Amino acid sequence: MSHPERAREFARDPERVAWHDRAVWSVRTRRDAAAAGVPDWEALRETAARIRAHTLSRLPDYLEQLEDRASLVGATVHWAADAVEHNEIVHGILADHGVTRVVKSKSMLTEECELNPYLETNGIEVVDTDLGERIVQLRDEPPSHIVMPAIHLRREEVGELFHQHLDAPAGLSEPEPLVEIARAHLRAQFLEAQAGITGVNFAVAESGGLVVVTNEGNADLGTALPPLHIACMGVEKVIPRTRDLGVFLRLLARSATGQPISSYTSHFHGPRPGGALHLVLVDNGRSRLLRRESLRSSLACIRCGACLNTCPVYRRSGGHSYETPVAGPIGSVLAAARDIEAHASLPSACTLCGSCAAVCPVKIELPNMLRTLRVDAVAAGAIEPGMRWAARLGSQLLRRPRVLALAVGLGRRWLPRLARRWLGDAAGAGDREFPELAGRSFREQWRARDAEQ
Amino acid sequence: MPRVALFVPCYVDYLAPQVGLATGELLEAYGCEVDFPEAQACCGQPMANLGCHADARPLALRFAKVFDAARYDHVVAPSGSCVAMVRHHYRELARGPREREALGEIGCRTSELCEFLVDVLGVETIEGRYPHRVGLHHGCHGLRSLGLGGPSERAPSPLDKVARLLETIDGLELIELERRDECCGFGGSFAVSEEAVSLRMGRDRLADHARGGAEVIASTDVSCSLHLASVARGAGNATRLLHVAELMNEARKARATG
Repeated sequence: MSHPERAREFARDPERVAWHDRAVWSVRTRRDAAAAGVPDWEALRETAARIRAHTLSRLPDYLEQLEDRASLVGATVHWAADAVEHNEIVHGILADHGVTRVVKSKSMLTEECELNPYLETNGIEVVDTDLGERIVQLRDEPPSHIVMPAIHLRREEVGELFHQHLDAPAGLSEPEPLVEIARAHLRAQFLEAQAGITGVNFAVAESGGLVVVTNEGNADLGTALPPLHIACMGVEKVIPRTRDLGVFLRLLARSATGQPISSYTSHFHGPRPGGALHLVLVDNGRSRLLRRESLRSSLACIRCGACLNTCPVYRRSGGHSYETPVAGPIGSVLAAARDIEAHASLPSACTLCGSCAAVCPVKIELPNMLRTLRVDAVAAGAIEPGMRWAARLGSQLLRRPRVLALAVGLGRRWLPRLARRWLGDAAGAGDREFPELAGRSFREQWRARDAEQ
Repeated sequence: MPRVALFVPCYVDYLAPQVGLATGELLEAYGCEVDFPEAQACCGQPMANLGCHADARPLALRFAKVFDAARYDHVVAPSGSCVAMVRHHYRELARGPREREALGEIGCRTSELCEFLVDVLGVETIEGRYPHRVGLHHGCHGLRSLGLGGPSERAPSPLDKVARLLETIDGLELIELERRDECCGFGGSFAVSEEAVSLRMGRDRLADHARGGAEVIASTDVSCSLHLASVARGAGNATRLLHVAELMNEARKARATG
């Protein structure tokens, strides 16, 4: 389905739209307060954007350095060209260790590669340990937000889910008992797991260190209990120096949730004694994106979710309306850049309001990228035919002011009716009442005024 | 006296001519020699925003020719989004260095009305009277691409040129909004293709202004006010929607006559 169709479905429950919009907006306002609390916030964003741009301009060098240093501290480094290779590599490592039960902390990359279903068909049980991720996993649906995967659900719905799957008593909706139940359930999973999979927020080229940021400490538990740790990262996650963390960590949590820093920032330098650490570096289309100058800086994204929280369309259409692992403005860019025909409606699921670019901690010009991708959609013939013809006709008519004046004069009667029919069908009768043509156009009135003077 | 060409966006010409007139009168009142070149046409924004660059390009080239630098020092329009198109996106349409130069040059000479008043003419106060509670609705392109106001995302938020002008008008009270610069949901073709979200955004924006007690909603873009007006009328809401040029000109005349 296209984005407008999914958005229309979401809009059928106006109360849910209002509540989702308010819940997500409240995170945006917390972000504003956190940003205002940092002197030189804008300078910090600029610094981050420049570090990212620099890193992307020398990405192969930094990746090789990362491989060297990570190997030096005892990690085994793997390279995956695409999602299939990534999944095979991860499965291979697990199979080598005879693993059948894995705990996984939040990783958008493994969502992108659809690792869970792959492992499950190969007889390996995967338990997501981020609370929101676990909730959507139990519901057998994708996350709707990159930082708050279950933000589309009400507490009552979570209570019902826990009642069905985790033997919770019926009718729970208060956060504390729900969290207690989740904690007890997840603790058992941690204790039984034979391996832990994590994502990577930042990989430091100069040290070979990996940094994973969570609020629940689930990455620590998932890697401290089982002896095998597999860290999966997109190749864009590398940063040059340890000191760069001082820039990105200050931006990340503030932009994501309005916290000055996340509850847990876990640093991994090689495996723990007696254990093994595997690092899987995944391309999966990133090199292609790197080659397109106008879209390149989308690789600078640190997955904070601020662009989703501020997006007026995301808040009113819900994350699932994008049908991509990453929703919202950045998700639209990544998905449409990957396959414009499959995601042709996403670049247009945007009013070009520009708020996403203004909140982005690494200053990604998301609206300009969406404009570029609209051009891609036209070139691929993936734009709606009605819109294509409207642009052609509009171009011919609007560049001829006299013909336009004549056409408006002649069409005064049927033009509004036509517009109402074309637009009105889309809007649903009575929801909008379109403006009337003025009695006399501006140019007529200005001419008359000039004649008087 | 600066020679100013008035650029009246195509839809303003036919749907809201009073905004063009108010803009012309304001510019004259502040000492400009105003001309409306009749050969002007649409700036090409609707086609460019659809991704149809080939359809937008002839309009951009025509625009640069009509508003020739030899005849006009400045081009001024009562629309943030059309000006943002000319200033920031024309160069993307160019084929070859000559077009790039012409389309880049016109972008440097084209201003939105409020920024022209503040930045070029140095206007600090609007001598006028408007005893009403006013909700200011910033068009997103004017706000974030042209820097007309201080977007709420920025920390600290920069100066708001439009609010600063409006606040100098006698009797005018700017209301507080819960979300001071959320998009109204128009977005050109977005209003058609994403009708459900567009409508909802419009309703939410109107509700915010209503909560703040706005008697009038003044916008920097006619497209926003037309969209909001169509949503308001559909819901039987009678809030008055104006362009800031209309409001400032009305206020100025009220002072002059009263």
